[in-house]
Amino acid sequence: MVDLLIMVLVFILTFVVGYALISRIPPLLHTPLMSMTNAISAVIILGGLLLFSQETTSLEKVLGFAAIAAATFNLIGGFVITDRMLKLFKKGNRLLN
Amino acid sequence: MGSWLTIGIDFLIIILLILGFFQFRNPKGARRGNFTTAFALFCAFGLVIYRHGSIDPGIVLTALLLGGAVGWFVAVRINMIQIPAMVAFQHGAGGIAAFLVSFLELTKAAGEPLTTLSEVSGVLGLIIGTATFSGSMIAGGKLAGLINQKPVAFPFHSLLLAGTTLGILVVAVLAGQAGPQAHVFWLLSLFALSVLLGILFSIRIGGADMPVLISFLNATAGLAAAFCGIIIQNRLLVACGATVAASGSILTHVMCLAMNRGLIKVFMGSLSKQRTVPKEILNAEDRPILTDMGNGGERFEYALSAARISEKIVIIPGYGMALAQAQFQVVRLAHRLEELGKKVKFAIHPVAGRMPGHMNVLLAEAEVDYENLVEMEAINSEFPSTDLALIVGACDVVNPAAVSQEGTPISGMPILMAHEAKLVVVCNMDGKPGYSGVKNPLYDMAKTITLFGDAKETLARLLEAL
Repeated sequence: MVDLLIMVLVFILTFVVGYALISRIPPLLHTPLMSMTNAISAVIILGGLLLFSQETTSLEKVLGFAAIAAATFNLIGGFVITDRMLKLFKKGNRLLN
Repeated sequence: MGSWLTIGIDFLIIILLILGFFQFRNPKGARRGNFTTAFALFCAFGLVIYRHGSIDPGIVLTALLLGGAVGWFVAVRINMIQIPAMVAFQHGAGGIAAFLVSFLELTKAAGEPLTTLSEVSGVLGLIIGTATFSGSMIAGGKLAGLINQKPVAFPFHSLLLAGTTLGILVVAVLAGQAGPQAHVFWLLSLFALSVLLGILFSIRIGGADMPVLISFLNATAGLAAAFCGIIIQNRLLVACGATVAASGSILTHVMCLAMNRGLIKVFMGSLSKQRTVPKEILNAEDRPILTDMGNGGERFEYALSAARISEKIVIIPGYGMALAQAQFQVVRLAHRLEELGKKVKFAIHPVAGRMPGHMNVLLAEAEVDYENLVEMEAINSEFPSTDLALIVGACDVVNPAAVSQEGTPISGMPILMAHEAKLVVVCNMDGKPGYSGVKNPLYDMAKTITLFGDAKETLARLLEAL
């Protein structure tokens, strides 16, 4: 019960702090922002890892494999593409004069 | 649930994650912010491996390499115009991972039995994860052009949606009370129903409403992760999920405001039925003086001299520009105008794209200095002192009917006040109304020169002549 309370507290606190910080991010960066948070939601990979910390049946192995692969796709793809996008945001090229 | 030390370490990683968002607040620090959050996740990953070890490192490693390689491969090759589809498919991948994790946790034989509350959050994670998965696949398919972008409504669509939701609630309760054998059956039924829910939900949403849908799915993917975090008792998962949910909610809200539509309205599909055409908003003295501009050639000459005499120019790109792949042409024109000593800025409407901020990325790719990408609130006060507003592939976002007319689908929608500029040149495909179906009175104004046709061609001709 205490654990659950801590979890709910963690959720509320990070949600509120995250909300305050993220609402200050300018629309200019909203696409990279979504792409980055998309990568963060792949944190679910931790669940897949924990699964393999205990004995697993063969079905669990297959499904766990799929979970980790899908989450890693999301994780790596998300961060790499965000970086690619952010590299495009440059200052001081010809248009600046 | 661990000593103070483990709590402290978890806390540090959460701080690191939050720091990443803090660094993300301006374009200079954003890249570092992205790196910081990636590092935070890497730490969380290492921590779980360190604390719990792995019985099947071979399987885990193979899955990591496979998923990582595909993710990396796609990410370095994807074109910036395809980003929204890519992001949608990634939401889907996150959703299916959330489903698999909750399903496995709920049916796991080994380990201690789940408490009721863990069971509840597991079931919620399963439902939200699955619906995010199927909803994102539909959204991604629409964004990638694999599925018709028009909203698809089945007969009794709302009833169907409500029925599915009700079914999910009933099955969820049954799953909670069933014995071990029946448990799996009910959970799989729950999966099937949730897939259906996601499809029914997304299929009815049209192409232009995609920014709202994709932001919403962003939030649900985070929520699913957070619920999974509760069932497996992992604070880091909960914290990460919460920040994603916060970000998705903010973006959803911003997009709804920018389109002047409530969330419910967007999700109920197509625009409100009343497609009233606004009455003429022009006063007698505003009557077109250039209506008889004759054929295209003469209009073109007018547009050319407008560009020549103007000192301060604001370019307004819309999704039509992106569709025509004309952004590079637009930027070339902007550079040329700058060479001629003119001040050129880009005015970016929040929904000028298929996902929040998409237009900025497209123009940044075409080598526009990000300081020249000005958001709506900042540029609107500058239009009265602007000599020329050059509209490329935008209609609804510059439709003055939004501010001057009551009772149209776009009434009250914030727009770029292009009609306040001294001269307006419109490079759109045609003079038809935009997605909202509301006629754009801007086209008929005296100061407007319309150059209908393929924007890429028109711009190339302008560029050549300048």
